[in-house]
Amino acid sequence: MRRATGSSSAALRLPALSAPVEPAPTVEELPDELVGADTPWQTIVWNDPVNLMSYVTYVFQKIFGYDKQKATALMMDVHQKGRATVSSGSREKVEGDVAKLHAAGLWATMQRSS
Amino acid sequence: MRAWKRHGRGERARYVAVLDPAEASVLRGLVGQVDDMLSGRADEVPQDELAELTGIRTGPSTAPDDPVLSRLLPDFHRPDAEGGAGADGAALSAAMRSVHEPELIAAKRDAVATVLGSCPGGGGRVELTVPQAEAWLSAVNDVRLALGTALEVTEDMPDQLPPDDPRTDHLPVYHWLTWLQDSLLTVLLP
Repeated sequence: MRRATGSSSAALRLPALSAPVEPAPTVEELPDELVGADTPWQTIVWNDPVNLMSYVTYVFQKIFGYDKQKATALMMDVHQKGRATVSSGSREKVEGDVAKLHAAGLWATMQRSS
Repeated sequence: MRAWKRHGRGERARYVAVLDPAEASVLRGLVGQVDDMLSGRADEVPQDELAELTGIRTGPSTAPDDPVLSRLLPDFHRPDAEGGAGADGAALSAAMRSVHEPELIAAKRDAVATVLGSCPGGGGRVELTVPQAEAWLSAVNDVRLALGTALEVTEDMPDQLPPDDPRTDHLPVYHWLTWLQDSLLTVLLP
């Protein structure tokens, strides 16, 4: 993550972003050990060079209802250790949390608790 | 533009800034480019009769080849990481993407529509409600993710690059968007 150090300087130009897209094959069946409901799952957020420290803290507060202290501590974990477990629970809950984090632009994944 | 200001409190709070014409044009152009990429991705997934009947769209099961789209629409699982589930994890990612990608694209495109609907084309005063300000944060962040990926931004990248670096001309846009986003966050979360 980065601290915001940008300025409101001018000289703005439009960079071009490209967009090739592949069609999709069909979805495979999931193996049993990944769909069992008994083992808890974890939501992991990974460090990335674009998302701002202030924004990541905001997203954790907004999505999980964490207070500023907890959200900031998790953000610092992501920043310094490269990843943090930000929530856990059933597969459905964690799946929903990952989807919300993706909508906010964070790099999040789900995995089984080890 | 100058920093965002908040007027009022709670649900009645409004977030106000004035964009000059060039700023409005760049912002609208970039969120529009992200929107084009997302709609292109959505349109290339053939929908079967069941999807048309039920209205439930199914997304692709593989990540986009394009690194920018791939960053905007990440996998749900990292099979390679510590705690990753290998080949089973890849199947998990495929299934999750197929279920969630259409709604993720829709959410991102809604945020773009909010920016385009509240940022005057010729520049001028922007006044946002709380939900609109949140949509701006998401949409601006998506543009920063797209630009950051395209420009290969790193955490320790200097604010200015050498004049011969091909990214030099585009970096000020990225920094301006960073400043805009951080300024909005400052008044949204005092």
